[in-house]
Amino acid sequence: MTTDTVNESLDDAHNDDHHDHKMTGIKRWLYTTNHKDIGTLYLWFSFIMLLTGGALAMVIRAELFQPGLQIVEPDFFNQLTTTHGLIMVFGAIMPAFTGFANWMLPMMIGAPDMALPRMNNWSFWILPFAFAILIGSFFMESGAPNFGWTFYAPLSTTYSNGSTAFFVFAVHIMGISSIMGAINIVVTIMNLRAPGMTYMKMPLFVWTFFITAYLLIAVMPVLAGVVTMLLTDTYFGTSFFDAAGGGDPVMFQHIFWFFGHPEVYIMILPAFGIVSTIIPAFARKKLFGYSSMVYATASIALLSFIVWAHHMFTTGMPLFGELFFMYCTMLIAVPTGVKVFNWVATMWRGSMTFEMPMMFSIAFVILFTIGGFSGLMLALTPVDFQYHDTYFVVAHFHYVLVTGSLFSIYAGAYYWLPKWTGHMYSERLANWHFWCSLISVNLLFFPMHFLGLAGMPRRIPDYALQFADFNKWVSIGGFAFGLSQLIFLAVVIKCIKGGEKAPAKPWDGAEGLEWTVASPAPYHTFSTPPALEEDKA
Amino acid sequence: MHTGTEQKANNQDKRSDNGKVTKKLVLIVFAMFGFGFALVPLYDVFCDITGLNGKTNGVGVVYADDGIDTSRTVTVQFITRSAKAIPWQFEPVINEIKVHPGEMKFVNFYAKNESQRAIVGQAVPSVSPGIAAGYFQKIECFCFTQQPLQAGEEVEMGLQFYVDLELPEEITTLTLSYTLYDISDKADS
Amino acid sequence: MSRSNQRWLLGAWLCFGGLLSSTAWADSQLNLTKGVTAVSREVYDLHMLVLYICTAIGVIVFGAMFWSMAFHRKSKGAKAADFHESTKVEILWTAIPIVILISMAVPATSTLIDMENNNNSEVTIQITGSQWKWHYKYFDQGIEYYSVLSTPREEYENQNGTFEGNGNAKGENYLLEVDKPLVIPANKKVRFLITSDDVIHSWWVPAFAVKQDANPGFINEAWTKVDVPGVYRGQCAELCGKDHGFMPVVVEVKSEQDYDAWLNEQHALIAQAADAEKASLDATMSKDELMQLGEATYMAHCAACHQPTGLGLPPTFPALKDSIVATQGSIAEHISLIENGKGMMPPFGKQLSLKEIAAVVTYERNAWGNDTGDLVQSSDVKAASGE
Repeated sequence: MTTDTVNESLDDAHNDDHHDHKMTGIKRWLYTTNHKDIGTLYLWFSFIMLLTGGALAMVIRAELFQPGLQIVEPDFFNQLTTTHGLIMVFGAIMPAFTGFANWMLPMMIGAPDMALPRMNNWSFWILPFAFAILIGSFFMESGAPNFGWTFYAPLSTTYSNGSTAFFVFAVHIMGISSIMGAINIVVTIMNLRAPGMTYMKMPLFVWTFFITAYLLIAVMPVLAGVVTMLLTDTYFGTSFFDAAGGGDPVMFQHIFWFFGHPEVYIMILPAFGIVSTIIPAFARKKLFGYSSMVYATASIALLSFIVWAHHMFTTGMPLFGELFFMYCTMLIAVPTGVKVFNWVATMWRGSMTFEMPMMFSIAFVILFTIGGFSGLMLALTPVDFQYHDTYFVVAHFHYVLVTGSLFSIYAGAYYWLPKWTGHMYSERLANWHFWCSLISVNLLFFPMHFLGLAGMPRRIPDYALQFADFNKWVSIGGFAFGLSQLIFLAVVIKCIKGGEKAPAKPWDGAEGLEWTVASPAPYHTFSTPPALEEDKA
Repeated sequence: MHTGTEQKANNQDKRSDNGKVTKKLVLIVFAMFGFGFALVPLYDVFCDITGLNGKTNGVGVVYADDGIDTSRTVTVQFITRSAKAIPWQFEPVINEIKVHPGEMKFVNFYAKNESQRAIVGQAVPSVSPGIAAGYFQKIECFCFTQQPLQAGEEVEMGLQFYVDLELPEEITTLTLSYTLYDISDKADS
Repeated sequence: MSRSNQRWLLGAWLCFGGLLSSTAWADSQLNLTKGVTAVSREVYDLHMLVLYICTAIGVIVFGAMFWSMAFHRKSKGAKAADFHESTKVEILWTAIPIVILISMAVPATSTLIDMENNNNSEVTIQITGSQWKWHYKYFDQGIEYYSVLSTPREEYENQNGTFEGNGNAKGENYLLEVDKPLVIPANKKVRFLITSDDVIHSWWVPAFAVKQDANPGFINEAWTKVDVPGVYRGQCAELCGKDHGFMPVVVEVKSEQDYDAWLNEQHALIAQAADAEKASLDATMSKDELMQLGEATYMAHCAACHQPTGLGLPPTFPALKDSIVATQGSIAEHISLIENGKGMMPPFGKQLSLKEIAAVVTYERNAWGNDTGDLVQSSDVKAASGE
């Protein structure tokens, strides 16, 4: 495509926007190029996926409620854990952050829309097809993918149940969607900032999404590459990962985790951005150490490229390899620590109030840090030999992804709901949602640490009797946490339908351009770039 | 404040900028897709250098006659394993051998096709500890080629090797494992 | 914090406290095992060290946070201070964590070096993972055997009642017991060479702090030196397909004399088995005998995939009931399939005796309404494979 045609297509898109002929009904959503509409689509999609993945988790927890095979066959159990992981990672967490980026980035940097609105529409609308294929595979003869979300070869190639092709196709589409979304974010931030907003004056939220988008652009193609190799190994006779043909199954893990570890940060850096926006607002005090936060985020992103093999300590690495990856992994604790200390320092001697966004942010800081501690423990190679592939790991990544990423998404949702809907949410319902979630999520994931230490491997449909007590409590916590998320649905629906009218800036400590426009945000904002106050940092 | 025309010009600049940045990013995407595949040969190079995974040389080396270090003795053990679905008996004739670094040795492996059809086998070598793999030099090995055996046919297959003089001091035992695979479907015809 | 928030918080603490004091935790192990080797104790100490350090950091950081939440709140009239950076403090809290990390890295490095030192072992054992059992082969001893889950299917399919309904429905070592455990001597350095026949498995015994992946086509090394004789249990730790949860590792550590006695006994048993194999060639078994032995063999080795009902789990694991192989196909082909395997089906020729193969073929051709009436004897199996 030449530059000219790119320009022309962009021109068209912009014209659509500027003539405010809004379509109605389903067409509005199908053809929309408006960043707010697309943001809304992403957020609803991700919530539906959260409930879908959650439903699968409920079946898993029901099976594990007590020893013995109760309700599902072992092979179907593997299909459940695999699709649960894939849906939560690629369907719930990542699209939710893309939704935030779409809604908030243009408003935060004073841009009229995302830079590539038509591509924006595409990047969302191919996503439902990817998940239709993935979830649809449950109803096909092969069954759904059953080789774990990490799809280690040769279990996913020579020994797969025949779902590999669907799986690869679905992952390709998800990857293309994420890449398009990420390109859009980078171009928007680079080109559409309001005059005077230099890089070091951008809100930290914008910085984290900027860095995350670069990570996505760098590693999603590697994922596409590795699933392509998987496909040719399974169906076209290549031997990338097959020892018989001169390949190596361990190489699969190296390439997968070269994608996989940055992927982990793709799911947590935006969370840092959201929390760094909310804590100063409710502590009524500027974010402590803005520039060190930026550098910490960047160094976490860079380090993420040289620690991948800490997922593979038991695969048989030479000693110096184990030492190198152990030291690098431990180093990540430094910038992550800086972030946590900065949040605490922001709260220190502030003037705090505890509205729902703040409650979720505080829960995030504490529980994410607990996940960070177990991460540090896992970094130490000798003890990792004991923790690896046990419930200790399951506890670790659910603490960082559920009470980390998901809680930050809730914090952000409560923070911006007034801006999105024009109404305040019901404080009472929100309190129910928060406290039920907080208690149940800890009941769900904390005992998993004990299960892992006591020796329960992950991904097993049945377990020895000494694990029975904890599993029962974990399952109860799981059901409670699952149900609690329906309260959030009620909060949102109630908030859309009505409620107390929200002012343009409902939080007195909040800063940022998004609060200078009315609530709900008009369909088009910042058609003329806003003037920045000189002292805004 | 911007006037109307100024702003329009400004917007056009931005749009052509968008195109440029997008192009660059798409290039990065394709480069990284390529990089994913480039990791395959890179990984092999990495394994060669570090001995990761105990990979050994796939073509014969020339025996470097640099003398024999009789002050050291290394035990070389041989183990075998037939992968699933290859009905061959496959065993080392001797289980272990003591060698001095630099000394050339010749050992045999016995294979018999116990099935009633012709099968092409391929033995895949792996050395442990992995760090020693780079010092285990095969001059001639049956694993360099495919082994077709008729139904019931038996054969003794040779391996000629030496252990490099540079082998790190702390390594006293070295294990060479062969896994045998049925590659009749993929074999060169 | 608003009054309503305080009420919520109180409720939350009461719930949580109630759970923690619950007696349900009584029998459950909370912490990592100390294990029975020098290495496993080092690992345990390292684990405790990091745990204590993390707890201390947690107390300080969360303490500071709760302090400011309690005292620096608007409802108490706190006015926000103005500071938002301090190079000194930021350098400090970058440097201190680095020092703490180094203090953890030093013992971790030395433990790791110990773990990776595979030299001077006295016993070498080749361990092969296979869907879904372990194979042990004693180097230079001519002893090799498969080790398969021995928990009866009735237990994990809840046929004797569920766990809740009847505490005795599952045995003490439910899912952690095998027919033939790995036997190793105490106080000797034992080296494991680990590989796999199919997918990746991982051989794990927590009490030894040994967990090593079994990669198809490659070997991995690990070692242990156990101080205390006893029986130690672990599990496969890498997802390896359907029955990943059903391939335990059991290791019986014997004193040196007992171990030597065990070796002799094994050699004697191998000789006996060879005799029995010869004897079975001349024997003719009745249909009842064949069906009985066939059913037992089928349940132990075939039912995991082809299911006790013979219906299999298509498309991966085909049905045997009414199948061509077990009804119309020739007996010789049927025998050859079991002996040599095909595709995902492993070969059983080395795992089963002639008698067992004869019995299981008979069983498959007559059970579940297949009713071919075919009887297969050991001599038929010998003849089929010897052709």
